[in-house]
Amino acid sequence: MTAVASRAARPPARRRRDRGVDPIPAWQWVVGVLVAVYLVLPALIVIPMSFDGGLTFQFPPTKPSFIQYVRFFTDPVWLGSLGNSFLVAALASLLATTVGTAAAIGLHQLTGRLARFVRTLLMISIVTPAIVIAVAVYISFLQWHLVGTLLGYVVAHAAIGVPFVLVSVTSALGGFDPRLLRASASLGASPWRTFLRVTAPLIARGIVTGAIFAFVTSFDEVVIALFLRSPLFQTMPVQMYNSVTAEIDPTISASATLVVVSVTLVILIPQLARLRRRRPEEAR
Amino acid sequence: MTDTTARTAPAGTPESEAGQPAERRGTQIRLSAVTKDFGLAAPAVDEVSLTIEPGEFMTLLGPSGSGKTTTLNLIAGFETLTSGTIEIDGHDIGRLPPHKRELGMLFQNYALFPHLTVAQNVAYPLRERRVPKAEIAARVAEVLELVQLTGRDHNHPTQLSGGQQQRVALARAIVFHPKALLLDEPLSALDRNLRGALQSEIRRIHREVGSTFVFVTHDQEEAMNLSDRIALFNQGRIEQLGSPEQLYDAPDTLFAARFLGDSNVFELEGGVTGDTTRWEDRAWRVDAATVSRRSGVAERAAVVVRPENLGLVADEKDVPSGANWVRARVRDQEFMGSYRTLQLALGGQERPGRARVSTSDASFAVGDPVVAWWRPERQRIVAA
Amino acid sequence: MTTDLLDLPRRSERRRPDANWLLVLPAIVLVTAVLLVPLGQSLVRSVDPPSWTLEHYLSLFTDGVTLKVLGRTAVTAAIVTVCAFLIGYPYAYLMTRVGPRARSLLLVVVLVPFWTSVMARNFAWIVILQRGGPVNSFFEFLGIPGVVPYGNVSGVTIAMTQVLLPFMILPLFSTLGSIDRRLLLAARGLGSSPLAAFWKVFWPLSRGGVVAGMMLVFTLSLGFYVTPALLGSPQESLIAQLLGQRTTQLLDFAGAGALGILVLVTTLLLVAWANRFGGTVSAIGVVATTGSKGRS
Repeated sequence: MTAVASRAARPPARRRRDRGVDPIPAWQWVVGVLVAVYLVLPALIVIPMSFDGGLTFQFPPTKPSFIQYVRFFTDPVWLGSLGNSFLVAALASLLATTVGTAAAIGLHQLTGRLARFVRTLLMISIVTPAIVIAVAVYISFLQWHLVGTLLGYVVAHAAIGVPFVLVSVTSALGGFDPRLLRASASLGASPWRTFLRVTAPLIARGIVTGAIFAFVTSFDEVVIALFLRSPLFQTMPVQMYNSVTAEIDPTISASATLVVVSVTLVILIPQLARLRRRRPEEAR
Repeated sequence: MTDTTARTAPAGTPESEAGQPAERRGTQIRLSAVTKDFGLAAPAVDEVSLTIEPGEFMTLLGPSGSGKTTTLNLIAGFETLTSGTIEIDGHDIGRLPPHKRELGMLFQNYALFPHLTVAQNVAYPLRERRVPKAEIAARVAEVLELVQLTGRDHNHPTQLSGGQQQRVALARAIVFHPKALLLDEPLSALDRNLRGALQSEIRRIHREVGSTFVFVTHDQEEAMNLSDRIALFNQGRIEQLGSPEQLYDAPDTLFAARFLGDSNVFELEGGVTGDTTRWEDRAWRVDAATVSRRSGVAERAAVVVRPENLGLVADEKDVPSGANWVRARVRDQEFMGSYRTLQLALGGQERPGRARVSTSDASFAVGDPVVAWWRPERQRIVAA
Repeated sequence: MTTDLLDLPRRSERRRPDANWLLVLPAIVLVTAVLLVPLGQSLVRSVDPPSWTLEHYLSLFTDGVTLKVLGRTAVTAAIVTVCAFLIGYPYAYLMTRVGPRARSLLLVVVLVPFWTSVMARNFAWIVILQRGGPVNSFFEFLGIPGVVPYGNVSGVTIAMTQVLLPFMILPLFSTLGSIDRRLLLAARGLGSSPLAAFWKVFWPLSRGGVVAGMMLVFTLSLGFYVTPALLGSPQESLIAQLLGQRTTQLLDFAGAGALGILVLVTTLLLVAWANRFGGTVSAIGVVATTGSKGRS
């Protein structure tokens, strides 16, 4: 009984006790490591693949070479699709972040039935299978002459990016004290100035997180992009899809590596920045 | 409670000229029949009319839900009027958004911007008004000196104590020379000692700045300490308006008598009219010659006497002539440091009475019968 | 001591509703124009006005193909769900046992599939699973030739399970983490074997998370398009591929509309049902904030 009490009081002591009385069996560690390998294996295997000079998708690599990267950065088709992906993702993220942030602020603290309904409506793409959206959007966009156009890609990807912005900005607003809005108004700032000088800086992390996820979602989106593609305009995921279906083009290993590494960096950098920033805050 | 000027007039000018700075820089805030109805059972603010004079320190005092905070929010523009008008120096501001009203505001939770430093917080209203950089620096330094926070410019609000944070908020609220300063229970989040210190700080700054202050609180001590005049709120209306002395010495109603300070309330059987001005029986004698004609007093009246105005003697023979008195028994006593309070059991009264005696006075012990007496001019007859 | 208690709720009730809704409008317009109108148009097409027929829905059940594919999709989803549970439970359990450092490492690992690009991930599985790939070679080395989980349902299952595991592990982790382990020690103290203590005490308490995770994984498995297209075989296509085929190859927009609506309604019903078990929405919330991307 006393052991239980002291465990509750002092977490560090608890771990020590756990090892004694309630150890983690070795087989659980083995299972854990195997599952972890399963989870990260696809992300890791593309890296060695990209340094292989072969013309097939053979693993393990046989001829170390940079040829896939050379090909990627010299082939106008690959480079063009990369540029298209960047353009679409940047514009879609901008659009989704703008309307999503506004919606999150507008819906903040609204708890009525209508507000809940609108929230669900804006989030619907997160539970709808991508193929259902893709097919419906494709047929409608055919009528509206948006298939294969930059505008078509941008609005479609912006719409599926809205939920990420909504969720991250809403969670950032959770820690925001709405009384600051009154303070700012009493000091002479209009609502727009208040947004710029008070709200935006305080929820910046949520906005940036939402923007990053909207960007990455668009950059990596393949199902809708497959339906909206045209010979004149296609994004990199579509080109990667082509390279394993139509052509057997090992250049995909270079592009896959670039995507995996850059997305990892984009996601990890804010986390690291947050860790560094948290330290002075903890001091208070 | 529609005509406030008539209410205060008989008691004389509330703010004596001597207590005010010679130069009145403040503005006049005039509320006429101001009503705010949230659609609940009763309006939160119900036809309140109140004129706050230039440079005046006006306190809106009242219990929770009495409408004082809503009234302040209406002045600030955070709530929209249901009906009535609010004028500042004769200009109707009822439809202006809050950021165009030029009123400084102090909040209970300080509401400092956590991402800005002390200096940036204070500079905020100046930057909104496009004041030149050099002037901003000078004015920020000046006002930080006024609130005695020089040298804390580059701290973030979270690095300051609660009292310091509220001083920053005060600096921020006055740096742009607002037409008036609204204070929404600014001291209630602070501990007792700090509250006292900040009270005198606020009083000093009110003296130095000389502008109109509208202060909301539920703490009657704070209200009496700071205010030129107090508007006592109850159920969305102003129960009584007057100087702290007036409210304390001459409460118009039972509510006012009980809300401000301790008071003895002796409920009379029946009301007070021109004819029945004296009650006398074996237990007590009340001469109500000085009764003011107030509504309700005729039906059912009560006598209000402050504890410090109660004298105690052993026998009614010792009561000075002309004084009113009541028989009682000492029920308990409380040592209050500089004085003692005796709790008195009064015949026929539910609540115990209270009398204040000096600590050295040991004439009466618990259980002793006493006669409590007071001068008729020290009593107040109100509707029970 | 504090502010007007009665004033507070009133204050928040009145927060300029008009201005708030104006801010929501652009998002509503975008999502409506780009997603809801096209989905509504497919619904309309599926009943083929002005004839207003349910023929396209009926033929889904009578054409002999759709039902078979639907069944295959459901079976695949069920297998993926069970696999994800069998793999995810011990992992989530381990996450609740280890120290904070190891836990955050394990959590980062769980999230890796989220930010592994869809195409990179599927490409990687092709490399790993194809004939002559590491898996094939490994089993040949063991003396078991012909293990090629590529071009069939097993490859699809392996790849789908990997990317759906986070949806199993995250709700499980939150459920398992809230169970008081002292209950297990108490059961041991009362004479139960470790296994019996787990089975009688821990398992019943964890069932909520299990149900939430399984519903989530099953629902999400129904919509996979890229993975079965790249790792499966055309002879064993799943419902998403059928939907794509009807649209782009057969140009049967009405039939595709009906099938799309069927998939959408099924999915939404499953999500709504799963919501009643509690975990799903919060899990999607976790996923969305920690960083989900396209799943296909």
